[in-house]
Amino acid sequence: MSTINFRRFVLLVTATSLLSACGVEPWVKPYERQHLADPIMQFDRDPIAGGYTHHVYQAREGARGAEGGGGGGCGCN
Amino acid sequence: MQRVAAEVAVVATKRIFALTLALWATQAAAVILPEERSDLMYHRYDGGGVTVDGPSVLVRKNFKETVSVSGNYYVDNVSSASIDVITSGASEYTEERTEYSLAATYLYGKSLVSGGYTNSDESDYEANTYYFSVSQDFFGDLTNLTFGYSLGQDTVRQNGNAEFEEDIDRNNFRLGLSQILTPRLIAGLDYELITDEGYLNNPYRSYRHLSDPLDPGAGYQFAQEVYPATRTSDALALRLKYALPWRASTGGSYRYFTDDWGISAHTAQVSYTHVLYDDWTVDLKYRYYQQSEADFYSDLFLFPSQDEKDYRARDKELSDFSNHTVSLYLSYQRSFNYRFVDKAAVTFQWDRIFFDYDNFTDLTQSSDIPGQEPLYDFEADVIKLVFTLWY
Repeated sequence: MSTINFRRFVLLVTATSLLSACGVEPWVKPYERQHLADPIMQFDRDPIAGGYTHHVYQAREGARGAEGGGGGGCGCN
Repeated sequence: MQRVAAEVAVVATKRIFALTLALWATQAAAVILPEERSDLMYHRYDGGGVTVDGPSVLVRKNFKETVSVSGNYYVDNVSSASIDVITSGASEYTEERTEYSLAATYLYGKSLVSGGYTNSDESDYEANTYYFSVSQDFFGDLTNLTFGYSLGQDTVRQNGNAEFEEDIDRNNFRLGLSQILTPRLIAGLDYELITDEGYLNNPYRSYRHLSDPLDPGAGYQFAQEVYPATRTSDALALRLKYALPWRASTGGSYRYFTDDWGISAHTAQVSYTHVLYDDWTVDLKYRYYQQSEADFYSDLFLFPSQDEKDYRARDKELSDFSNHTVSLYLSYQRSFNYRFVDKAAVTFQWDRIFFDYDNFTDLTQSSDIPGQEPLYDFEADVIKLVFTLWY
């Protein structure tokens, strides 16, 4: 998949997701979210350790980005 | 009667627990400031002749329920006798990298606005990164959308060559979508576009080429790598997390990566998290990574680069390879009230990574004909020990 086609695909998925949300009522009520609130449902429970793990891979793999979480870049080279 | 009373008490306790979690969930789904916590971590990487270890401290403090400020101090103590170092004829070296970060987050209605700065400094490399992000909840707080941008300005130097100094500019654009799908399932979709421009070589690394392309038996020579001055990459990742009927969760993720150097990569991960006796949490993970090589990568070139556009690389991170990671994480957390501390945790994390290269040979093993050396592989252990206080 070329780089430009890949970006078009990402734009299409994002736009479709946002448009499909319009006109639909939220189907999970706040009182139904107790399972989702458990810390074990977080994608990255330990930010400092998770950030370090991403750093270990970034320095040793060609791929980079979309690891989730915020933050800036790093001097990984 | 006592048994009925006990069951009523258990049901009441469960209801209170569920209500508390539900209230927390209402907050968790909405944009809220990060938790006030401090982390102290010791980290260690050991593999392929390289050891990297050091401390990291992260402190976060919130003000007036609308502003959160954090600071991070991080150190890498590197001791390297990697295969690149050995085959270049250099001896083992040591160096230190120090990183400082400052960040602030502002909560405004259903939006979070964040900004930050990171400085990373080592003897031959300095990186300054500025970043900004905006996060917004939609759709009854079932959907969260985040946009982020960061600007990196790096300076590359070479130890032993005071004349050498080059720059790199980096731009990262991030788009993140988080969606609650069912009362037990949450999904995350992340996209990131990164552009680099500047001196992207490692000034110490060389590629190899045949001394005589018509006579491989004549051996090979090394020459300094020649890289393009730009790189643009795209990465798209999907993450899922599902709450199991008992106090456990399972997760899966997949990331596709592609760039204009010809590398494409797939990363997949599955995880299982289980809570034991309320205070203990165990995580088991498996991660698989595979990438194709860059267009200008070769383990052995026939002839040297002809001009500055005739790119040459023999960096194993640009080669065709895969790795597997198995992980075991164990955490113990207790709530208590001692002065300003609400709870504390100690976490131990261990990852073992198995690297297998498909087109990068081990030049410490000799061969009569260049290119016939055995393929390189190695294993690495990553250890993290984290102490956390919430207040």
